[in-house]
Amino acid sequence: MMPQCDHDKTKLPSGDDALLSTSGLACLRGDNLLFRGLDMAVQSGDGLHITGPNGIGKSSLMRLLAGLLRPFAGQVDRRAPLALADEKLALDQHRPLRDALGWWAAFDAGAKVTMAEALDALDLSHLADIPVRYLSTGQRKRAILARVMLSGVQVWLLDEPANGLDSASCERLGAMMDRHRDKGGAIIAASHVVLPGRAMTPLALEAYRP
Amino acid sequence: MMRILAMLIWRDVALAYGLGGAKGARRGGFALPVLFFLAVAMLFPFAVGPDAPLLKRTGAGVIWVAALLASILPLDRLVEPDWEQGFFDQWALRGLAEDYVMLARIIAHWLSFGPPLMLAAVVSAMMLGLDGDTLVTLEWGLLAGTPGLAALGVTIAALSVGLRGGSALGGLLVIPLAVPLLIFGAGSLQPGGEGGLLLLAACSLALLAIAPFAAGAAIRAGRE
Repeated sequence: MMPQCDHDKTKLPSGDDALLSTSGLACLRGDNLLFRGLDMAVQSGDGLHITGPNGIGKSSLMRLLAGLLRPFAGQVDRRAPLALADEKLALDQHRPLRDALGWWAAFDAGAKVTMAEALDALDLSHLADIPVRYLSTGQRKRAILARVMLSGVQVWLLDEPANGLDSASCERLGAMMDRHRDKGGAIIAASHVVLPGRAMTPLALEAYRP
Repeated sequence: MMRILAMLIWRDVALAYGLGGAKGARRGGFALPVLFFLAVAMLFPFAVGPDAPLLKRTGAGVIWVAALLASILPLDRLVEPDWEQGFFDQWALRGLAEDYVMLARIIAHWLSFGPPLMLAAVVSAMMLGLDGDTLVTLEWGLLAGTPGLAALGVTIAALSVGLRGGSALGGLLVIPLAVPLLIFGAGSLQPGGEGGLLLLAACSLALLAIAPFAAGAAIRAGRE
């Protein structure tokens, strides 16, 4: 378990080099105030691990950061394009994996990551010709991560990226995250379990509960 | 931007027609509405009897009703599957406005049911014994009216996204809103009713102008 109240360790919004930062962010779902007063920032090479029990608002925070939800209070400052991996596949079910991923690659035209690299990084090469709907839970999760990797953007938002992955795939996830940070990317991952790869700055969402 | 629009339209059209490796796609496509449309035109003479003048007088109106109902059939597959799969989230993340995505969707929806319906109308007209002039007016009417039906269908599909039984509800919501299209469409086939075509086109244009924004707003609201 992560120690509580780590928000002193997380970097405060600073300067112009933050790729993504929030100030005074609060999230209201229904009548429930999930968290408030969240200030954080990630810079190139950073990894931020958002922790907390189920229902604390990790996924809502991810959607807030992605701009898919409106903040109840405070603001999110996005200075770089984002990629989001949540539980939704966003790949055409009937298409072979390679074509389904290729659709997004064509859509994002000019991505720096090649299809072969992405498939290889997640050990999906042998599944490339299989229609997406036949993939298992863990394979789907890897396909989602491959989609994120292919997008070639700097900031990754990963919601429970290790869910459904076996230990070998977990290691691949760790390697993939480390490589992304080495190349100057930033990762914000929400997970209630310890994530593979290099240590990330923990951020316990419980500390921001009203 | 045009490249993105083309990609979005092509994706939907390929799904509807089962093109480009889209065999076994979930949307089932254009065949069902067309078959339904033809079935109505085929059943109608059985129901009213082989009275040629009566069929001739009422047939065109029946074709319009059939077209309206056929446009409701694909409603549940227009927005819901992509919504559930998170496609709309991914487009939003890439900075693409929902309105723009919905515009592409309306165009693609029309392409996958408008032209097939216009072709099927030729067959229906033969079954109902309509003469050539009536058929020409009918085709013009369908050309003017089906874009409006497509706009309406996509808007309602977007509004009912995430609702339980949304597709059944969607069908019910389309019907009253499509009444003006039906009145002007069928009205244009009456003797001296050619002015109806212009009103029909005006209705369609108004719907097309509003629909992308209404549907886009519905998608955004659905996220909350």
